[in-house]
Amino acid sequence: MKRVLSFLVLCAMLCALLLSASSCGERNDTIDPALLKGEYNQELAGTTLKVYNWGEYISDGAEGSLDVNAAFEKLTGIEVVYETYDDNETMYSNLVSGANYYDILIPSDYMIERLIREERLEQVDVASLSNYQYIDDQYKNLYFDPDNAYSVPYNVGMVGLIYNTTMVEGTIDSWEALWDETYSGNILTFNNPRDAFALAQLILGQDVNTTDHADWDAAAELLKEQSPVLQDRVMDEVFNKMEGGNAALAPYYAGDYLLMKENNPDLAFVYPKEGVNIFCDSVCIPKGCQNYDAAVLYMNFLMEPEVALANAEALCYASPNTEVVSHEDYTYKDNEILYPAEEDMPKVQWFHDLDAETVEYYETLWVDVINS
Amino acid sequence: MTDAKLRGVRERKNRTRKKGVSLLLNFPYLIWLCLFVIIPMFIVVVYAFTDRTGAFTLDNFQKLGIYKDNILDSFLYALIATAVTLVLAYPFAYFMTKRSEATQRVVMMLVMLPMWMNLLILTYSIMNIIEANGIINNLLAALGLGKLQMINTPGAVIFGMVYNYFPYMVLPLYSVLSKIDPALLEAAADLGSGGLSRFRRVLLPLSAPGIISGVTMVFVPSVSTFYISQKLGGTSVNMIGDMIEALVNRVSTRNLGAMLSLVLMLVILVCIMIMNRFSDREGGIML
Repeated sequence: MKRVLSFLVLCAMLCALLLSASSCGERNDTIDPALLKGEYNQELAGTTLKVYNWGEYISDGAEGSLDVNAAFEKLTGIEVVYETYDDNETMYSNLVSGANYYDILIPSDYMIERLIREERLEQVDVASLSNYQYIDDQYKNLYFDPDNAYSVPYNVGMVGLIYNTTMVEGTIDSWEALWDETYSGNILTFNNPRDAFALAQLILGQDVNTTDHADWDAAAELLKEQSPVLQDRVMDEVFNKMEGGNAALAPYYAGDYLLMKENNPDLAFVYPKEGVNIFCDSVCIPKGCQNYDAAVLYMNFLMEPEVALANAEALCYASPNTEVVSHEDYTYKDNEILYPAEEDMPKVQWFHDLDAETVEYYETLWVDVINS
Repeated sequence: MTDAKLRGVRERKNRTRKKGVSLLLNFPYLIWLCLFVIIPMFIVVVYAFTDRTGAFTLDNFQKLGIYKDNILDSFLYALIATAVTLVLAYPFAYFMTKRSEATQRVVMMLVMLPMWMNLLILTYSIMNIIEANGIINNLLAALGLGKLQMINTPGAVIFGMVYNYFPYMVLPLYSVLSKIDPALLEAAADLGSGGLSRFRRVLLPLSAPGIISGVTMVFVPSVSTFYISQKLGGTSVNMIGDMIEALVNRVSTRNLGAMLSLVLMLVILVCIMIMNRFSDREGGIML
């Protein structure tokens, strides 16, 4: 018995070893030097760069794709320490706690607005970055960084409604479907207050950046009415739930829908008529960074057409990089969800940073909503 | 100087040297304790008694009432989970002690096996197994049976807790039960004691320290569970741990989260003290 068992354990260990070895072997960390536009050298070799990004938000070498961080390490000899967060607020509270430093952040628009206002970001001379020329003009001078003094766009996208056509009757065109009792127990929503509140606010026809407590109260009431029909509040678990047909409806980011659709062809997507939230996640450097030069280099590297293409392919978000959008081999070239034609463009609202008092107000309401 | 006096001096010297050595050996633990137990606790206390700006306030505690139901729910779920674990683990541990030593070792390893895996992974796997379109339901569907609603129910949360904390109940029970001399039970049988009475009057009292230790080790983590209830309970269950997580994750409600966490710590402390009183009386294991 003992011998059999130790044999089994040995087998299991061997399997694990083989598996990890094989996945290491296929790591793709090389970019054809001919395709590189910027200049990279080993001057900063041996230093470390701490990157703090959203979860599942970079091409990481899975399924033979380019491992962006590994490629950067190979080109520059800089060691990339990569950490992830689930939402802007978690990132913010980690950053301001001061317990940790970061060299690179990739937060969303309204969070960048706040970080700039609170003087938590280093200025960057983006015009001096050789790859900045590839950023589409429509993503320059955005409201949160009107002079392009702090950030360069990484990804843009919109929120939409994903639904499973085998579980939902007819076509959906409104956020109100997320309140529909017919689908009780099969509805998901965001597990972060800003995005969840926005859905209720869009239905109520409010400005998502309202500072009127009555508006937030009304939206909170609407969210509480939703609680009984909800299956769960999720972030990235939405992939598993929607791909497995374990939920019928979920609001999420357009790019993620394309990823889910690959694994579950029954899924459909709509930009609801009430309008949607549009966002732009941008790369910036926080004050207190320990390796500014490497961070600037990394910023430029992320705008490399080849790197941006690898990210656009892996993440399926809309790219602000003109070289990617016009690239022959780009899978989502002219995709009508990522790059809708002007006449199909939904009504959009940007999130703006709200004053601390309003944030405190809706965050407190949010806890009541969760607890309803 | 007399011999006796000399001996006294030497002993005193020895004692001081021993004290020095023990202090030196304890030093790393003291530092560890300070850095990773005392200071975090102190921070929790500070947060609980301040507002966002850092000014002293008792407002946080006035909001405790809002979370009354979460606290009660947590205790209810933890009690049920602990009871179920005890009922499952006791016979398991008992019959385990009756097997050959080799079998005991293997079974012990199997019990410990899930502990080698991360709690998040385990919970995520359970989720995939009991999902609406999970492994069990697909199996049932293939057999032509209807689907069961398993995930997002209170039952799923209890199951998750029992599954995760089962080893913590088995281990102390097993260690106590395996030390009970079988001759005692034989003697009780010889004296005419029936099966039930042997269990009630011999086995149970002798294994009480193990029960108390196991109950404590399952109950305490159960009460403060958060991930399991979120993933397996959906929106149907909001345990106190979930609320603390939600509160602490937002800058503006962090102080409230610290307050709840402090209250939970105190409540658990009281529970452990009560349990320890029991085990003191039984002359058993302290936690």
